[in-house]
Amino acid sequence: MDIILGIRVKDSVIVATSKAFTRGISVLKDTDDKTRVLNQYNLLAFTGESGDTTQFADYIQANIQLFTMRENTELNSKAIASFVRQQLATSIRSRTPYQVQVLLGGLHNGSEPFLSLIDYLGTRVDLPYCAHGYAAFYTMSLLDHHYKPDMALDEGLKLLKLCHQELVKRMPIEFKGLYVKVIDKDGIRDIDFS
Amino acid sequence: MSRRYDSRTTIFSPEGRLYQVEYALEAINHAGTAIGVMAKDGVVLAAERKVTSKLLEQDTSAEKMYVLNDKTVCAVAGMTADAGILINSIRYSAQQYLKTYGEDIPIETLVKRICDVKQGYTQHGGLRPFGVSFIFAGHDERYGFQLYTSNPSGNYSGWKATSIGANNTSAQTLLKQDYKDGMTLEEAQNLALKVLSKTTDSNKLTSEKVEFSTIGLDADGKLQLRIWTPEQIEKLLKESGVLTRDEEGEES
Repeated sequence: MDIILGIRVKDSVIVATSKAFTRGISVLKDTDDKTRVLNQYNLLAFTGESGDTTQFADYIQANIQLFTMRENTELNSKAIASFVRQQLATSIRSRTPYQVQVLLGGLHNGSEPFLSLIDYLGTRVDLPYCAHGYAAFYTMSLLDHHYKPDMALDEGLKLLKLCHQELVKRMPIEFKGLYVKVIDKDGIRDIDFS
Repeated sequence: MSRRYDSRTTIFSPEGRLYQVEYALEAINHAGTAIGVMAKDGVVLAAERKVTSKLLEQDTSAEKMYVLNDKTVCAVAGMTADAGILINSIRYSAQQYLKTYGEDIPIETLVKRICDVKQGYTQHGGLRPFGVSFIFAGHDERYGFQLYTSNPSGNYSGWKATSIGANNTSAQTLLKQDYKDGMTLEEAQNLALKVLSKTTDSNKLTSEKVEFSTIGLDADGKLQLRIWTPEQIEKLLKESGVLTRDEEGEES
């Protein structure tokens, strides 16, 4: 099971994803990036059935870019979340549904931090912090305890570090560390997290 | 001579013209006038109704003004029945956009979608093009209040004040003369009525002959969109003084 974590802090959003690409009992790769950049201020992280995940994420990425070209305007975070949910809700009612969980992090209209959790059933929840899969069991208590809505970015990263330590300590799955990305007014950037 | 080329919508004549599209544009030039004027705090649409009868049910027959979604109205010039088809499809499309993105469709996107349908009938064919021009009035986050027109060829353009239908050139000249930037909605209403009264063939405007709609902001800054009832139009005609000015004109 992959790890997908998100924390929304004062004026940015932190998204962390595990680096391991696993098939069956083997780790095939330890540099797998489970995110797609949708536009300047929006990042999509995903997990689920491999194959479905990349197909779906690429499809969303392409459609967001197509929209931008056609309408000559960037879609904001809430519209993207709505679009992604709509796609998954349509998919689950088809003969070949995508089995994909996603987490959308971004700055709504380039200013308001936004984090949304969407599952393969088309359930969407906008949250201050969240995780998909087993990682949620290990980290939710830490996040509940330490999270404050007006946290600064470095405090958020400290909290993420706690989550990471907990995962290393308690989770019986090798996930090869985390890629950490931050979305703030300057756009999306990687954070050195080791 | 043109017989060989004007029976089909999709075939160019040797001079490079599409006759059926030109005929459609011509048909609209005989239809009742519609005028749109943009103000700083709203948009006004006014239209002339050609066919009136004492027997016509007044309150159930707004023929030329249609609400497309919460933030857009349009006025029609040309074949109202054709317009119905387009309006139906654009309402559907607007709701679909709202469902997908969780926000209202931008006005220009909506106009573009209608125009794509219209364009299709000038190229892929059918029996004839849509014989309608529209004036769209709307509001969105991106550009605020907006005014667009579209015609049967599938072109659209944005305006501060514009007109379609019969006498649209003279209406356009009048608008050009009297339009001022930064008008209030009320001033825009009066201008629209004044221009409409001067361009209609009948010498006096009455509420049976006018359709009217506005988009503006209410006291709380919320968008208010309405198609006026005959009573409201009657009141407006009286208050704006368009009626009296015409009567004075007849006397002198």
